[in-house]
Amino acid sequence: MKLTLKIWREGGEYKRGQFVTYQMDDVHADMSFLEMLDVLNESLIAEGKMPVAFEHDCREGICGSCGMVINGYAHGQLQGTTACQLHMRHFKDGDTVVIEPWRSKAFPVIRDLVVDRSSFDRIIEAGGYISVGTGQAPDGNNIPVEKDKASHAFDAATCIGCGACVAACPNASAMLFVSAKVSHLAQLPQGNVEAKRRARKMVQQMDDEGFGYCSNISACEAECPKEISIEHIARLNREYLSTSLSSEETASS
Amino acid sequence: MNMKLDGKVPPGPLEEKWKQYRSTMNLVAPNNKRRIEIIVVGTGLAGASAAATLGELGYQVKAFTFHDSPRRAHSIAAQGGINAAKNYQNDGDSIYRLFYDTIKGGDYRSRESNVYRLAEVSNNIIDQAVAQGVPFAREYGGLLDNRSFGGVQVSRTFYARGQTGQQLLLGAYQALARQIAQGSVTMYNRHEMLDLVMVDGKARGIIARNLLTGKIERHAAHCVVLGTGGYGNVFYLSTNAMNSNGSAAWRTVRRGALMANPCFTQIHPTCIPQHGEYQSKLTLMSESLRNDGRVWVPKKQEDAKAIREGKKTGNDIPEEDRDYYLERRYPAFGNLVPRDVASRAAKTVCDEGLGVAPTGLAVYLDFESAIERYGKSSAHSQGINNPSDAKIRELGKAVVSEKYGNLFEMYEKITGDNPYETPMMIYPAVHYTMGGIWVDYNLETNIPGLFATGECNFSDHGANRLGASALMQGLADGYFVLPYTIGQFLSDEIRTPQIDPSHEAFDKTEQDVKDRIEQLLSIKGSKSVESFHRRLGKIMWDYCGMSRNAEGLKSGRKMIRELQEEFYKDVLVPGTNEEYNPELEKALRVADFLELGELMMVDALHREESCGGHFREEYQSEEGEALRDDEHFAFVSAWEYNGWEEEPVLHKEDLVFENVELKTRSYK
Repeated sequence: MKLTLKIWREGGEYKRGQFVTYQMDDVHADMSFLEMLDVLNESLIAEGKMPVAFEHDCREGICGSCGMVINGYAHGQLQGTTACQLHMRHFKDGDTVVIEPWRSKAFPVIRDLVVDRSSFDRIIEAGGYISVGTGQAPDGNNIPVEKDKASHAFDAATCIGCGACVAACPNASAMLFVSAKVSHLAQLPQGNVEAKRRARKMVQQMDDEGFGYCSNISACEAECPKEISIEHIARLNREYLSTSLSSEETASS
Repeated sequence: MNMKLDGKVPPGPLEEKWKQYRSTMNLVAPNNKRRIEIIVVGTGLAGASAAATLGELGYQVKAFTFHDSPRRAHSIAAQGGINAAKNYQNDGDSIYRLFYDTIKGGDYRSRESNVYRLAEVSNNIIDQAVAQGVPFAREYGGLLDNRSFGGVQVSRTFYARGQTGQQLLLGAYQALARQIAQGSVTMYNRHEMLDLVMVDGKARGIIARNLLTGKIERHAAHCVVLGTGGYGNVFYLSTNAMNSNGSAAWRTVRRGALMANPCFTQIHPTCIPQHGEYQSKLTLMSESLRNDGRVWVPKKQEDAKAIREGKKTGNDIPEEDRDYYLERRYPAFGNLVPRDVASRAAKTVCDEGLGVAPTGLAVYLDFESAIERYGKSSAHSQGINNPSDAKIRELGKAVVSEKYGNLFEMYEKITGDNPYETPMMIYPAVHYTMGGIWVDYNLETNIPGLFATGECNFSDHGANRLGASALMQGLADGYFVLPYTIGQFLSDEIRTPQIDPSHEAFDKTEQDVKDRIEQLLSIKGSKSVESFHRRLGKIMWDYCGMSRNAEGLKSGRKMIRELQEEFYKDVLVPGTNEEYNPELEKALRVADFLELGELMMVDALHREESCGGHFREEYQSEEGEALRDDEHFAFVSAWEYNGWEEEPVLHKEDLVFENVELKTRSYK
């Protein structure tokens, strides 16, 4: 099939960011979206030009590296799918495809479609863990976990940290990302101990990074490639609210 | 001059070695730990767990990854599970049995003492991961669930749906994040190690490129730990991530570290078959699927041909015309034979013209009988009498979906076929490299102060790795082995002041790196890096893949030489060093793959036997099974490489088996 691509280029020869149009003449239905970009890049390199920069690694939808807004949707219109797992059979001959980087103050553009997501790492560093050192653990079966609880915790833990939730949100809020981690750990007995402190610190860091506020639009859930539910945001709000009401918690750090 | 390789295996009976050694090894006092700096390269399971644990112990750690975040390392893509000898299923498992299965699965080409230690600490890993909040699968009673993997007859694999690697890596990443927050680990994201710096014969630092700015940076430390993964991408098409590469490890080989058994490559039997020339990578379908999926091809050539031409589908072939060849050839293990055996068997039937995809390179993995079995059992437990076939299928599909849903979904996304309705098509693909940097019992290489952990070392899997053992080894090394053994080196370094990065050794190594980059940028040829990588991969797959022979290996080596010459004359690397330039990153990696690929050919040619993933056509039984030669090849081949102008030099570490009897591996 033939496609027209309008791709955001920024950096290098494109001192000011702009859309650049490319024609693709021979796109196969079985290609992944990123393989289609590989083919474009090979042709750019052959002309001695810099290829379109985009991040990618596992190409199995699990590492969270890739991410781009495709025709207005984070990772494209197909639900529950990362850009690397989106295949060209979902496009039609003659389509125009607009490709942009994530847009958020907290994700500055590095080049073309590549953005800086280190703010997500700093949010995890603020408290997205269970405070246990190597060698301190009791036997695994000493901590029984209800099957359904483990399963719900798992649903939250599947977050791949790609940033699609932020890109999808008109406020560029990171609530789905933060809540997924808070909810994953708070639902497990071993993580519940420091759940309130964790919620408070992660939310504080999220605010400091310049992410917007959540106003319950739920575009994040709709565009999350792992289909993480906004239920977790409700759970985060509960943990956060109870922590702000508890003066002892607030005073202790 | 061949050097004597000392594995430094401690004395004592096998079961007591690690316990005794651990209680008698040298320690570094807390006040000294604070002054000692350690560089950890790579933040996958091995690197992240090592960096976090060393940070907890009080060392000053600098951790490096070329990713934008430590959480992206390719450990994240491991699907099926992690082994441990907990014996929670009461099915006769034990540390000894896990040890024995691993030695046997590796076709008796690994070091007994290392493997026993691995089995010993496997249980601690599960405990640690649970404490970190890894949401492993549970039974209704709240206790941990297990499943089976290839090459074993017990259920010892712990899992988190089909995303076990992701959950374990996030556990290690979070432990690392906690240390970063506490200041004991300094994290360098988007930094790629391009060389090892040695001062007075010891590893004392690295040269790294800041991938955003291109700045060449010096980082000094008392010692260097590699956790940089495997080199499967030398084959271009593999299940590895696009950026997985062998360069950090290979650069240490260029500085004198020995490369052990480089030809031991794992070809995984269940991957989605290749479908086009533009394809960038192959996708694994977890081995756990072989718990319930049955592997078959048509018995008749004409049926296979009709399927290839699209005139029939797998569903059209009646039961009596299907050959469940693994169940037929290996009744004791059936579909759960080890990976090397399953892969070769798939190649054999496809070579006989029985393959099913349009390319002829695919076999079926069929869930029909599992759907029926689970459906009946589910109907029974729900008290449904005389369920209809449709009801049975519906209930059965629900059970299969709960177990493997995400894998089935991924298969459908990639191929456009629904595996609940038509059998999956699979074919072997490069997945893991058992070979790697030679290390002793302390995980220290022959370069003092240079350690190698996880997939980048050679130590535990011999000539074939069992499923669910890679996660186990990466975390064993990082959490429970290296943090102790590194003290053996560092306890002698407490009087060493901070290493000075302005030392002339850093000047010289930095200049070497700059020269290499300048050389690649100045060629300005006509062909992309990718095109060379693709051609290298094809040579490797054709001559050093699932089966090998002397003639092919010799001509493969020659072809790599020619490709290498062409690369240095005609590669086109656009842009400059002083910018974000993924093409330059790739060029540096492919340059190293060309050298490593040649060494793999040399190693495969030298090893005149068939063992594990290394199958030499000249050495097979009449039934086509691998013929090992313990009399002449029960050793580790550790290669010294001094550039491609010189022949690599072989050093041997003899493998001594005191606790297991060397037997022909049989899964019949």
